[in-house]
Amino acid sequence: MNALPLILTVFVACVVEAVEALTIVLATGLTREWKSTFQGMAAALVVLAVVTAAVGPAISYLPLTALRLVVGALLAIFGLQWLRKAVLRATGFKALHDEASAYLREVAAAETATKEARRGVSDWYSFTLAFKGVLLEGLEVVFIVITFGDNQKDVGAAAIGAAAAIVVVTLAGIAVKAPLTKVPENWMKFSVGVMLTSFGTFWGAEGAGVRWPGNDAALLVLVPVVALAAAAYIFWLRGRGAVRAAAAAPATSEVIGS
Amino acid sequence: MKHIKAFGAFWYDFVVGDDWQVAVLVVAGLALTAILTHAAKLNAWWLLPLVVFAALGWSLHRATAHKR
Repeated sequence: MNALPLILTVFVACVVEAVEALTIVLATGLTREWKSTFQGMAAALVVLAVVTAAVGPAISYLPLTALRLVVGALLAIFGLQWLRKAVLRATGFKALHDEASAYLREVAAAETATKEARRGVSDWYSFTLAFKGVLLEGLEVVFIVITFGDNQKDVGAAAIGAAAAIVVVTLAGIAVKAPLTKVPENWMKFSVGVMLTSFGTFWGAEGAGVRWPGNDAALLVLVPVVALAAAAYIFWLRGRGAVRAAAAAPATSEVIGS
Repeated sequence: MKHIKAFGAFWYDFVVGDDWQVAVLVVAGLALTAILTHAAKLNAWWLLPLVVFAALGWSLHRATAHKR
């Protein structure tokens, strides 16, 4: 398979995660202090590098069939989780992830927390917040890079996609010095959910012994079919929401009238 | 013990997320695919996509059935 779809999939997935990490880092750094924030970020990046260095090669020792079965199952479950949230958000059944309000929440919490020096870090609160934010969002990046990279035998291409996403989001964050609220996060999550689910289904079934019609070319059909199915669920849920709202309206007016 | 529980809870939430039934359905779909492919010698490539669509629909239905 061409490396471009791999790079693009990892890039989009990592942009979403990097935007969320950036919101936490900016809220901490701008409200409290940058030095401890950077220390927290650096510590998280070291942990992520160790995890990648340990888990990545270990997974690649698995036989390809077993690797595809396990990774395919994990990716399909993980992807469906993303897709489910994106569909619920697109239909109003779940609140949209709002970077601006997330930023304000973090700022409010950062402003009230007390400053305490610990273990050579001048502001422990900034350190731990940046560390946790970068580590948790970064773990998803590592998971995607390792699973996609190992399966395609091209961890380098996956790493390029992830690195490019982090660089682009960091530069954008430095340029605007504010959370990236204009990023269409839910639609990116929807796209990534479609890709993770499609690749997970493809690799998982291969791992279970299936031979796809057309081999790798089956993905060119599977990806749009998964996207269409998810879009159909959006229309279905919008219809369900509208029917419920219409059914609730007369009851409300009766109450008002009485 | 507390840390082990927290570690397990983190990974459960990380991979499985809000709806464990989706994970169960995907694993069951893969197991059935393997059985059909190896035991019945049937190239059941169509099964997992169907299970995945059904799992998503089922999960969405359950998440929205009592809302609004």
